[in-house]
Amino acid sequence: MKGIKFLLTGVLFGIVMTKSEAISWYRIQEMFRFQSFHMYGIIGTAVVLGAIATFIIKKYKLRDYEGNPIVFTPKEKSVPRYLIGGIIFGLGWALTGACPGPLFVNLGYGYLSFLLAIAGALAGTYFYGLIRDRLPH
Amino acid sequence: MLELIRQPWAWYTSGAVIALVMILLLFFGKSFGFSSNLRIMCAACGAGKNIPFFDFDWRSQTWNLLFLVGAILGGFISSEFLSTGEAVQISQATVQDLQQLGISAPDGLQPEEIFSLEALFSVRSFLILLLGGFMIGFGTRYAGGCTSGHAISGLSNLQLPSLIAVIGFFIGGLFTTFVLLPLLF
Repeated sequence: MKGIKFLLTGVLFGIVMTKSEAISWYRIQEMFRFQSFHMYGIIGTAVVLGAIATFIIKKYKLRDYEGNPIVFTPKEKSVPRYLIGGIIFGLGWALTGACPGPLFVNLGYGYLSFLLAIAGALAGTYFYGLIRDRLPH
Repeated sequence: MLELIRQPWAWYTSGAVIALVMILLLFFGKSFGFSSNLRIMCAACGAGKNIPFFDFDWRSQTWNLLFLVGAILGGFISSEFLSTGEAVQISQATVQDLQQLGISAPDGLQPEEIFSLEALFSVRSFLILLLGGFMIGFGTRYAGGCTSGHAISGLSNLQLPSLIAVIGFFIGGLFTTFVLLPLLF
């Protein structure tokens, strides 16, 4: 059962997203209205600790549990795809109050209406694949 | 201990656990990026037959689908065993702003006006969920990542593209908050 560790890490992710209230539409509204430090504190803490971990992994050339080097693939250089794609995602994030992870965590929590948003997200991903060659990247 | 876990978690605890999730995945030889699952699911449903973007070995990404299943389970476990059922404690300023739009103060985790099953039968909620979801799927794939891939993993690795993407997330989010929501409500 090599997969069980991914399942359990996912469980931890689902729990932290719920207990931090980051899956709540209200919290996302509060964030986009700059009326609380809560979401900024969460993301900021994760990024600062993540950056320290990334720095240590690179500096000491740490390996994963199978002994392979941990590699970080640099993102391709571009502006339009990140900016335009980011804006479109941001529009949807504030509408549904969820980014891709919380769409599924909310479903598990019992909010079945997120099935509709998940169907929309799959359709949007499919549509991107369909017209990808015609978009500026 | 369980009582402590059942309370809402402080931002620093939450941020630290999210960083731990990212670090665990790195030590498992993977990387933290949730929205890739949407592409994997399209590929698993056979979208690769007609569209090259979905024609890849999605079975090698099964680990990420397991992570997704875990995330759903984590949400279920939280609501069944780790919740006090209390309302989200958002700031009074947000409560007032939302009340002006006609959205009631929190009673649980989500506003009933959008997410209750009754609301689903209103054109407004139906469109918010379907079109909102569509833009999430389209935008994250176009930008090559979402909050986990860009805001957490990318910024942790000091990637300029991720900073551009996060700025984009905010431009879009602010437009929805201050232009679209007042039009919709």
